[in-house]
Amino acid sequence: MRFEGIPREMIALRVSKEIKDGDYVNLGIGIPTLISNWTEGKDIILQAEIGMLKNGPIADESQMNQDLINASCQPVLELPGTVYFDILESFSMIRGGRMDVVVMGALQANGRGDYAGWANPERGLDIGNVGGSMDLCAGAKKLFLAMEHTSKDGKAKIVNEISFPLTASGKVNMIFTDLAVMEITPKGLLLKEVAPGLTATNVQSVTEPKLIISPDLKEIEF
Amino acid sequence: MNKVYEKMEEAIADVNDSATIAIAGFFACGVPRLLLRALIAKKVKNLTLTCGCGPLVGASDELRQLVLNNQLKKVIDSYGLFRSATKGRQDPFEQAVRKGEIELEVVPMGTLAERYRAAAAGVPAVYLPTGVGSMMEKMVVTNIVKHRTPKETREFNGKKYILEYALQPDFAFVHAFKGDTEGNLRYSKTARNFNPVMAAAAKCTIAEVENVVEPGQIDGDDVHTPGLYVKRIVPVPRISFAVTID
Repeated sequence: MRFEGIPREMIALRVSKEIKDGDYVNLGIGIPTLISNWTEGKDIILQAEIGMLKNGPIADESQMNQDLINASCQPVLELPGTVYFDILESFSMIRGGRMDVVVMGALQANGRGDYAGWANPERGLDIGNVGGSMDLCAGAKKLFLAMEHTSKDGKAKIVNEISFPLTASGKVNMIFTDLAVMEITPKGLLLKEVAPGLTATNVQSVTEPKLIISPDLKEIEF
Repeated sequence: MNKVYEKMEEAIADVNDSATIAIAGFFACGVPRLLLRALIAKKVKNLTLTCGCGPLVGASDELRQLVLNNQLKKVIDSYGLFRSATKGRQDPFEQAVRKGEIELEVVPMGTLAERYRAAAAGVPAVYLPTGVGSMMEKMVVTNIVKHRTPKETREFNGKKYILEYALQPDFAFVHAFKGDTEGNLRYSKTARNFNPVMAAAAKCTIAEVENVVEPGQIDGDDVHTPGLYVKRIVPVPRISFAVTID
């Protein structure tokens, strides 16, 4: 079963609503990177683990500097107040607990705050590209996942038991997908919002863990 | 104290078979490409390249050549494979990793940074929280199964930490925007990344420098890597490259 949900850009927009003015934020590769398109007018500062605070917008061909990229290897621009530092300083910020919000992509997640994203065994290897993901998870004050709810062939990615190699254990606070917004609570996975046109039953049918339905369940709000 | 080598091959004359070399850079940015090309021309073999975040993914032409020349024994990196699994399947490096012909040890990026830092600072090992609850906690993570040796952990204040060992390469290849003849270096923007910590960690650091100036022409307050860490510098032109990864 596969439901029509919101597009990736809108998942990113929904996550951006959860980021508060004054937050220092690091965005992972994939859907999280798209959140930077929705930060205008917000008083937040993006950190890029390559060694930059106040990460600017993507640069086009005519503006790009080959010495200035974000952590996804895209050329970016400076903003007034952009600062640069080396990798030690960058990961001191990250591991030292200075990131208010970290948003990562994921291959699988469960209802206990665990997720997998760094190694996809379907690639034919049981190792992969870990990058800074585990450091970011170790230090984040809040950890959000932005991901597709199911695989292309409709398999659940929110599962009871994660089969792929774990990135973090017990660290995730909220999960944002094309179908739903969920919060990890001590009692389990709380369904707070569903995509327009869907019901809690629809979402449950493509989600392995038993969902706790919020009494305030609503459509995803942008 | 003049550390300038006009010829690249002289600057790497003592880089021999079986050397361990730190390669600076973060994807395409701040990678010592011309030193890598000199390594390819020298054809030294059995090399271990210790990286930070995908400099060989960012310099994929150079990586492909190193693999085709059969020069690599092992790569240590947090991001050693192409982002795209589809393109990765066609990549000679990933194919060699899959067959176990080249070892790929995967280490979280911040842990790698601290392992270089420990080597630089004379610290044998450090306790880090990164990777607790993942396979990184249990073992050294590599494609060569018999090299997956167990790791030690310890609790501090009720939280678990992993013991990670200092990583000291024989050589570091770094890329600087500016440097004086005594080896003081200054990097440009996000091309700084792993360059300073690798320069400080290695037994012998060789820097390719886009703009070589006289001592005093970089203000002492503006130096990122003090010259003491740098053994040799080689003037190089600023070359353009594709800022992208597959």
